[in-house]
Amino acid sequence: MTGLKKKQMPKTETMDLKEKLVSSFMVFEDSVDVDSPVHEIRSEAIKTFEEKGFPSKKEEAWKYTSLNSILKYDYSVFPKHERAIEYSEIKKYFIHDIDSYKIVFIDGKYSSHLSHTTHDGIDVCLMSAALTKPKYRLVIENYFNKVAPSDSLTSLNTAFSNEGAYIHIPKGKVVEKPIQIIHFATGAENALLLQPRNLVVVDENSHVQIIERHQSLTENPVLTNSVTEIFANKRAIVDYYKIQNDKENASLIDNTYIKQKQQSVAKVHTFAFGGKMIRNNLNFYQNGERIDSILKGVTVIGNKQHVDHNTLVMHKEPNCESHQDYKGIFGDNATGVFNGKIIVEKKAQKTNAFQANNNILLNDKASINTKPQLEIFADDVKCSHGCTIGQIDESALFYLRSRGIPKKEAKALLMYAFSNTVLDSVKIPELKARITKLIAKKLGVNIGFNL
Amino acid sequence: MLKIKDLHASVEGKSILKGINLEVNAGEVHAIMGPNGSGKSTLASVIAGKEEYEVDKGQILLDNQDIDELGPDERAHKGVFMSFQYPVEIPGVSVTNFMKAAINETRKAKGLEDMPANEMLKKIREKSELLEIDRKFLSRSLNEGFSGGEKKRNEIFQMAMLEPKLAILDETDSGLDIDALRIVANGVNKLRSKDNAVIVITHYQRLLEYIVPDFVHVLHNGRIVKSGSKELALELEAKGYDWIKEKANA
Repeated sequence: MTGLKKKQMPKTETMDLKEKLVSSFMVFEDSVDVDSPVHEIRSEAIKTFEEKGFPSKKEEAWKYTSLNSILKYDYSVFPKHERAIEYSEIKKYFIHDIDSYKIVFIDGKYSSHLSHTTHDGIDVCLMSAALTKPKYRLVIENYFNKVAPSDSLTSLNTAFSNEGAYIHIPKGKVVEKPIQIIHFATGAENALLLQPRNLVVVDENSHVQIIERHQSLTENPVLTNSVTEIFANKRAIVDYYKIQNDKENASLIDNTYIKQKQQSVAKVHTFAFGGKMIRNNLNFYQNGERIDSILKGVTVIGNKQHVDHNTLVMHKEPNCESHQDYKGIFGDNATGVFNGKIIVEKKAQKTNAFQANNNILLNDKASINTKPQLEIFADDVKCSHGCTIGQIDESALFYLRSRGIPKKEAKALLMYAFSNTVLDSVKIPELKARITKLIAKKLGVNIGFNL
Repeated sequence: MLKIKDLHASVEGKSILKGINLEVNAGEVHAIMGPNGSGKSTLASVIAGKEEYEVDKGQILLDNQDIDELGPDERAHKGVFMSFQYPVEIPGVSVTNFMKAAINETRKAKGLEDMPANEMLKKIREKSELLEIDRKFLSRSLNEGFSGGEKKRNEIFQMAMLEPKLAILDETDSGLDIDALRIVANGVNKLRSKDNAVIVITHYQRLLEYIVPDFVHVLHNGRIVKSGSKELALELEAKGYDWIKEKANA
């Protein structure tokens, strides 16, 4: 009897969090303008979440990733305490050796003294401002929640959407420095749920580089359920980097939806170096011809860390391309998931869609579930996918060691080489140098990989 | 410098070396010849420390120290270098980065600081010129898509960079045309000194016209069955290996 009760525990607690969130919505309504059109969207979203609840392992897309262990905490939804942090404490989490715009949040609240926003020709500012000020109204009406679907977690975010980064690059602008979006969690609350909502609109022929990071500064549990909508209009180039290297008790559900128009290029690099659990839902929707979508990722995790990449590329029109290249290195008891879906609609002739997912397991306790899903309804397309799971090549290891490189360093060098195809396309040299260092650190070596 | 005493070695339980005795002193060039399957490459790999090979009996002494317990990287730190018969392709690591890692890790093992970048670049430039290697080649992934000749030239380039005390060239001549052979041999000869030694493993006498050995040993069925001066190589070239085999089997 006791055993049975115990078994049901997580479920009960999950329901608790769900109920807590649904009741919190009423409190949330006191703090926002309930007459704005956005609030109708929020109200619909909370209904959807209430109906669907958190996803469970019964759903195909969540078969290998369980939320149970992270939903059991009593998360604060609206932090009561405010904590200031000095730049010197958190400098290391920025790419600090480049000039950049910065949008920084601490426990979900905008930090003006750590940020560097602008309205000079482009808008790099706050979602809270965009959702309330009349000058942004048209953009919000046209783009807010227009590509995000109504699945449960995204709906949950939409319901509470209030703060995050708002980036609008008008026609014909090349943003000359990258934009860094960082969300810090300080541990002022025992357990904190963060739900940032970002909107990025890049108009015709414009170009922007964005770096996004979620960083906990505490051992207290943090759960981030983030939603980012990106619109790459005609001929726009969007170069987006996600750095995920968080504390042991921090989990991230990153939902990113990208809508592309003709001749645009959207590129997302995801560097997943851990946290407790990371789930990346990265979705590309192509709406126009000659679009290029690029999805690249390096995952290096150990301990009991879990990283799940769930990608979707929807090819709707002819003559478009997509390129996916995900590399994973799993040590200790780490688990990985790669679930890559490519849909080529009937109209989308001459599509070139490529997908590769290569993995190295460093020991027999680590595991990876990799599953490509191709749904092709057009008949004149080039699609390829491949996934591999392997170990370190012994003959290569001997070759390196015979030149004086010790075993540990030789292994690290081989793993770095393995992930190098992903790093090749990182366009910000300082970011590339930082990622390289992070990889070396994750592999436990002090070795410079570049001359 | 190198003393091999009654060396027996096997791989996956199969005995390959069956009592090798060999002494190589500083300043000397030794050629090891022999028919296919006689154990030439195994001998090279065992000296370099390849872990699949099991030393069942005997000793390998480098400067009077038994190196049996040392890993391939530690042997490299002591100055052992093997030019691979089949160099491994390593996508994602450029030739320069590889050399930088190899040199600095060896320096680290000796308690030295990293080689300054300008010194490293100068050395790379000098040694690549010596082996007539195009600079563009150095930024390519190690051995990936290299022709057979390019791979071998790259091996000798690595040797030039690492300046080993004992270099073992395992069939470096195979797959080389005459021009490449000359470049490679010239590279090896320029690196020779009274302080280092070279072991040339080859099936044919051709390479030995360019890298002239002080001693020639014939390996057959896991043993050195005949040793002599460089004339022995010519004799083998003229008469083949059958007479050696017959003599050894008699």
